[in-house]
Amino acid sequence: MTDTHSTGPFIAAIDQGTTSSRCIVFDKDGRIVSVDQKEHEQILPKPGWVEHDAAEIWTNVQEVVSGALEKAGITRSDVKALGITNQRETTLLWDKATGEPVHNALVWQDTRTDALCKELGRNVGQDRFRRETGLPLAAYFAGPKIRWLLDNVEGLRERAERGELLFGTMDSWVIWNLTGGTEGGVHVTDVTNASRTMLMNLQSLQWDAKICESMGVPMSVLPEIRSSSEVYGEAKGELAGVPVASALGDQQAALFGQTCFAPGEAKSTYGTGTFLLLNTGEEAVNSYNGLLTTVGYQIGDQKPVYALEGSIAVTGALVQWMRDQMGLINSAAEIETLASSVEDNGGAYFVPAFSGLFAPYWRSDARGVMAGLTRYVTKAHIARAVLEATAWQTREIVDAMQKDSGVELTSLKVDGGMTSNNLLMQTMSDFLDAPVVRPLVAETTCLGAAYAAGLAVGFWPDTEALRVNWKRAAEWTPRMEAAQRDREYKNWLKAVERTMGWIEEEN
Amino acid sequence: MARTIQSLERAAAALRLLAGGERRLGLSEIASTLGLAKGTTHGLIRTLQQEGFVEQDEATGKYTLGAELLRLGNSYLDVHELRARALVWTDDLARSSGESVYLGVLHQQGVLIVHHVFRPDDSRQVLEVGAMQPLHSTALGKVLSAYDPVAHSEAADGRREAFTEATRTGLGEFEKLLDLTRARGWSADVEETWEGLASIAAPIHDRRRMPVGAVGITGAVERVCEDAEGEVHAVRARLVAAVRDCARAVSRDLGAGRF
Repeated sequence: MTDTHSTGPFIAAIDQGTTSSRCIVFDKDGRIVSVDQKEHEQILPKPGWVEHDAAEIWTNVQEVVSGALEKAGITRSDVKALGITNQRETTLLWDKATGEPVHNALVWQDTRTDALCKELGRNVGQDRFRRETGLPLAAYFAGPKIRWLLDNVEGLRERAERGELLFGTMDSWVIWNLTGGTEGGVHVTDVTNASRTMLMNLQSLQWDAKICESMGVPMSVLPEIRSSSEVYGEAKGELAGVPVASALGDQQAALFGQTCFAPGEAKSTYGTGTFLLLNTGEEAVNSYNGLLTTVGYQIGDQKPVYALEGSIAVTGALVQWMRDQMGLINSAAEIETLASSVEDNGGAYFVPAFSGLFAPYWRSDARGVMAGLTRYVTKAHIARAVLEATAWQTREIVDAMQKDSGVELTSLKVDGGMTSNNLLMQTMSDFLDAPVVRPLVAETTCLGAAYAAGLAVGFWPDTEALRVNWKRAAEWTPRMEAAQRDREYKNWLKAVERTMGWIEEEN
Repeated sequence: MARTIQSLERAAAALRLLAGGERRLGLSEIASTLGLAKGTTHGLIRTLQQEGFVEQDEATGKYTLGAELLRLGNSYLDVHELRARALVWTDDLARSSGESVYLGVLHQQGVLIVHHVFRPDDSRQVLEVGAMQPLHSTALGKVLSAYDPVAHSEAADGRREAFTEATRTGLGEFEKLLDLTRARGWSADVEETWEGLASIAAPIHDRRRMPVGAVGITGAVERVCEDAEGEVHAVRARLVAAVRDCARAVSRDLGAGRF
């Protein structure tokens, strides 16, 4: 980099993600000073099972923190605070006395608790705990994963009941180790991570004793629930003395990094899949349209801010599928070249319900469909239909959010790899009939963790100061006629209809 | 007919021998088939190997066609790939310079804008992706004309319209500007295309050192240039350095070596 970065002080953020751990150092303007990253092993013992070695992750976290500081040419005294963001729901139990994990962490994608979740639904079904927790009983969430470990790993339940074990999502594991581990490490989690366990009551922001009982999770293993932005403790070891001052689940961190601080502001992160979060303010909005209710963030002793969340399972993954399985393009970026070679979709629609339809439909019997094919359709039309699929699915989630919350979306802030696709961003704006805006710093997840940590130690005075840092890098505005949009949306919905009921009998 | 070059004919014969399916041949097999001495054949194959046209299997020592041959027929860099690679660096350039950033490639007789990052203030701006700029007067266009022979002939042979009083329309003065661009590694446009605006641009090279595009900033002449009373404005050195750094970073991302 050319121009002189401010000489500090700085905030460091750790992003403990699904495939790698990263550390990014930010300056006061929210600019990236340095990045270090290290991947960890994906352990796949059986189809549908995904595990991580938590000891490896902790080693990697220490390495990337040192690496990022070294690349920035700074020492711990230049770092005013350390923030943490993490893959959500990934579940770990470890021994309080030795600090050793008692089993690999069960990763959020792991589906081994599918049957257990059905069983936990009893006669009520998947919404048994939705009113309290905002979540349906699904394999992602941490509570049933704890139960699975206690039931299936020899001796764990007894050890848990004797108070020898600690549970944590990756934020808790990293913070406990950073603050000393067996030598006085603090055992905490933040409200956003706790809201993904299915064990926290969304209103009281405390563990729900009844649900813990029903789930078979002894409350002695649970960490203390704290806000997302406060000093949990001081780091020991290499970063000795640096306040550990924030924790946010990755999607919530992106919401924070995009400075979506007002009700009605939403962000959408386009990666392999897509996660859309809408700030609903101090009200936890119940969803009747298949979305999740979750905590967006809580700053210190201020009131919590809630969010509605919708996810799309297959977005970037569909482009990868076109590249790897279909061989129609050589690189992901080429999808835009191919799609741009035609004016429209030529009547073709592609609904990538590869493993069923998710929000807002939740139909596991659906499978992918290409509809409207004629001899006229070329691979370029299919490429266009691929991009339109991501845009329409975004529209469906936005519609569901507006129905649930009554909040009109004014603009959508986007981040993630697919934002480099100009045609997709324009199509999204056309289909949503709202501006789509890309911020100048793409690393919104780490930035969110840094912001929350910086607020906690007074590095930034308030959220207004953070808004000033947010800069618009690009904006796409709608250009499509309303009549055309309506006609296309109707066709898309017809195509969606045709995916349903493909799988006749589960199992 | 002009004399042909024997070693090139032999190289072509060797490539043909290796072409077609998954063919792996040892040195002596190639030598005997071509009817050449082993030493001659070795020199031939080693040269082809250095150019990437032939690869040697480490385990067996046998030779196959190299990946470079595939790239020859498919060397065009997808502009969307270029944008994806440039995204992080152009964002950083917008932030460090405070100006809007443009990434351009040669398209027909002009510069096609394939990526645009807004100036990081709160003003309303319109995305200019897909717009065309002239080759002979803009910083992006002059960089492309200086480094890409196809762009050069388009600009040199085409009509060079005078957009402002500062536009250089004569061929001689235009060529001089390109010489200067090549010598410095960057180009500027101070009110040569638009009154009140100045730009700075630098070339992006791919892994074969081919010029594939140009990246630059554009802003108000008062911000981009030093204060120089009544004199020809000089662009700020700090901004030139930022633009060149960005161009180098994108080039590195595309596999170009340090330079």
